[in-house]
Amino acid sequence: MSKEVKLFLGPNHPGMHGNSSVHLYVEGDTVVKARLVPGFLHRGFEKLMEKRLWFQNLALIPRICVPEPDINEMVFAMAIESLTKTEIPERAHWIRMIILELARIASHLMAMGGIGGATGLYTMPYWTMPDRDRILDIFEKITGARIYHMYIIPGGVRKDLPGGIEKEILAVLDYLESRKPEYENLLLKHRVIRTRTKGIAKLTKEEALEMGVTGVGLRATGLPYDIRKIDPYARYDKVEFSVPTATEGDAYARFTLKYLEVQQSINIIRQCIDMMPKEGPVNIKFTRGSALRLRVPAGSIYCHVESSRGEYGYFVVSDGGEMPYRIHVRGASYPQGLYGVESKLPGTRLEDVALWLGTMDFCSPEIDR
Amino acid sequence: MSVYETFKKSFWGPTIAWKRLFTKPVTIQVPRVYREASERYRGFHVNDWELCSGCSTCSKVCPTDAIKMVPVDIEVESGKKAQRPAIDYGRCSFCAMCVDICTTGSLNMTREYIHISDDANTFFFLPDETGIHHQEVPLGYQRDEASELLDLERVEMEELPADERVDSFIEYVKGYSREQAIAEASRCVDCELCVDVCPANMDIPRYIESVFKNDTSEGVEWIYKTNPLPGVCGRVCTHKCETACSIGNRGEPVAIRWLKRYIMDQESVEDIIKHSKENISKKGKGKIAIIGAGPSGLSASYYLSLMGYKVTIFEAKELPGGVMRYGIPRYRLPDEALDKDIDVIKALGVEIKCNTTVGKDITLTELKNKYDAVFLGTGFMLGRSTKVPGTDHEDVLMALPLLEKIRDYLRDPENSEKPPVPDSLIVIGGGNVAMDVARSIARLQRMEGKKVNVKVTSLESMEELPADLEEIVEGREEGIQFFPSRGPKEVIIENEKIKGLKTIACTRVFDDDGRFSPEFDESDVMTIDGEMIVEAIGQAPDYSYLPNELREKLEFVRGRLMVNEKGQTSIPWLFAGGDIVNGPDIIHGVADGHKAAVGIDEFLTREEG
Repeated sequence: MSKEVKLFLGPNHPGMHGNSSVHLYVEGDTVVKARLVPGFLHRGFEKLMEKRLWFQNLALIPRICVPEPDINEMVFAMAIESLTKTEIPERAHWIRMIILELARIASHLMAMGGIGGATGLYTMPYWTMPDRDRILDIFEKITGARIYHMYIIPGGVRKDLPGGIEKEILAVLDYLESRKPEYENLLLKHRVIRTRTKGIAKLTKEEALEMGVTGVGLRATGLPYDIRKIDPYARYDKVEFSVPTATEGDAYARFTLKYLEVQQSINIIRQCIDMMPKEGPVNIKFTRGSALRLRVPAGSIYCHVESSRGEYGYFVVSDGGEMPYRIHVRGASYPQGLYGVESKLPGTRLEDVALWLGTMDFCSPEIDR
Repeated sequence: MSVYETFKKSFWGPTIAWKRLFTKPVTIQVPRVYREASERYRGFHVNDWELCSGCSTCSKVCPTDAIKMVPVDIEVESGKKAQRPAIDYGRCSFCAMCVDICTTGSLNMTREYIHISDDANTFFFLPDETGIHHQEVPLGYQRDEASELLDLERVEMEELPADERVDSFIEYVKGYSREQAIAEASRCVDCELCVDVCPANMDIPRYIESVFKNDTSEGVEWIYKTNPLPGVCGRVCTHKCETACSIGNRGEPVAIRWLKRYIMDQESVEDIIKHSKENISKKGKGKIAIIGAGPSGLSASYYLSLMGYKVTIFEAKELPGGVMRYGIPRYRLPDEALDKDIDVIKALGVEIKCNTTVGKDITLTELKNKYDAVFLGTGFMLGRSTKVPGTDHEDVLMALPLLEKIRDYLRDPENSEKPPVPDSLIVIGGGNVAMDVARSIARLQRMEGKKVNVKVTSLESMEELPADLEEIVEGREEGIQFFPSRGPKEVIIENEKIKGLKTIACTRVFDDDGRFSPEFDESDVMTIDGEMIVEAIGQAPDYSYLPNELREKLEFVRGRLMVNEKGQTSIPWLFAGGDIVNGPDIIHGVADGHKAAVGIDEFLTREEG
């Protein structure tokens, strides 16, 4: 009988966003116990939000999900708009969708690159990260920043799109589509990758539902659960797109779905550019006063959106004051990152641990709140 | 179909990557290669110090506390602060909220990507126009209308429309409702620039905050710390605070005056008295005589009473209030508002002896003997004349006596002399008193079924008129005609009746140093028709109550009494304030009264010691 060894995975694992550590207890090369150790970047987001003005939180919330910060801005804005019963301008809805889908593509590209870290296919991040950078260029032009955009604000978006940006977005989308054969050949048709990922880090539908896994993790088990379809926000009910699913529930199915979703996002963005009003206001002042004295009517609301990792939601409680009374974040990564790590990693081989972490694409700050 | 079948396994598939082996990398060698950032890039901060008012709003909105206001050694004009924002780039999240909320538009961001330095101190940075690298870098993120975080538009104050208000002397400003007041208060950014310019240094942000919190009782407490005439000031203050309001740099300043009025309108006189009595904290030993129940005298009496002194005010008129009672028309300041403020003062034990003229009914020397200190707040009650030919005609009147007559008549028509109501009137002057006369006569004309026929002529151009803008705008709405940039030359009299006023063009009112030195063009003559003329070119003090031996010991500059910072004249027991010290302005009077109260207390405490 081999001796049990404790291994520290992380806290700086290159396949993960942000820092969290996994303590692995292994016998031979088989994991017998896994413990997620959060706290390396604990910033107490939810508590901090209670100490900041509503508008000041716009600079804080994107940090909860670094690869896809815009979803935080979106749910936060949706919550305030619901509590203040504000309908934002039509153009703002479409611009928000463009931003969210661009962010989804950027996040998926990053995650797909992350497979390289787990399998040794380092060409993948070398390709996906510069391609993602093209989207960040677009973000820089629209929002003024590459990562923390702080662009979707309560009432709409912070500024209108710069002139001619639609063309540039379409050019980036064309480019990404032109890259499809290369991605498919490099990753999806790759013998070694397929062999390494098929049947690995598997999750059944029941397990996913029991843990609360959503997003690609759940859809890879056959359930087409997508907030954009089941509870459309913005103008997702006006655009046509399909929700790719698989039944295998393994690592291969998950990153394949991510890849297929990139195409769906591209389709959505093209429709947004076609269908959105060509001019008009992009935000509305929903209350009188300066940002320093913004008050949100008392009440509570849960708003959720489909992030690249699943259902992402904010439960917001206002007591009618200048700061939120309570905000709870439903991080999409929580189930697969915490419960998943502890319940699914035991029994897997050591080299497959990173495949769970990578293809589940969990984001540490979402857990480490 | 199984997801495994979506893409077929291929041995050769990955080899496609080899074709990229000789492709040029997309990475660039920053900083060796300059990378042009986008037009909206949120780079480092720049701040135009000329524009910046040091209001600290950027610091307040900063989510990461990265902005600290730092004192700087610069000369700043009134209504600005000698401090500028410094950014700690160890904390800055580059969200640009500071840019969006900047009240002046002085703060912006550049398109710089990087700052490399081995000196950590350079990351704490006081931005000026040249930015962090002291080079010309194109601006990046800038605020626009869509990203505005301020509320630039004032909550409109409901007023009677011009054609209704001109029919009576009813107060035409209706006041804010609770919702309106809270909305207006929510525009305040708590910059405190207003506090410095307010002669009484009222803690304006605190009482505005109390409105925002819907706690007007707390608001009263804040107001009464520095101003015992808030009902009056909430209506007719010259509101210098609003000229300094940082929101006014790009929008309409917060309606500070109306918010003060709102607070006072919410609270009963009993509650205010109760609050004031709770603040009687010190047992001052002594008796103080105050001459004149105007703003400064009433203010001094309130604060002296709080200190425990026995205060007696000697007032020549039948009722207390001075210019507030006899100068300002009822449609701007109703008696009820003034009485409410005075009732609070009286409730503290202040005795007001009306119909008692010092110098006639009692001498100053007698006061000196009976009281421990005397405060002079006699105001500017004499009119000034242009002294052009014809001004000695009986239909050429002085503004203040006419306004007094109008108020007496409106208060008690049965027992008062009716003021003259000409078919046409010419008012000489461009200040608030001139507007008061013009608008009052316009009302009397309408009340008698006449057509409004009032003309105002002034040396100043329309842009230079010293009257408050709203007085000019509202006067015009009520039918007052303006003849600016004209100087009176002669009253035209025919058959002993006034026919009009001959005027010449005034080409310049002030010299290059800003001193009053009018110049005229004698060739540009114009006659303004009218059958009565009122001169409203300023007021003068009446020091007839001062005995010669005292007058010789006092120092005067251009008719005003010289006092120290505590309101003390060169005669130790004699203090003074208000118009005779600082010129005609109610809030100055209030401030002077407060200062003098502190001064008198110090003087008497020292005497005791």
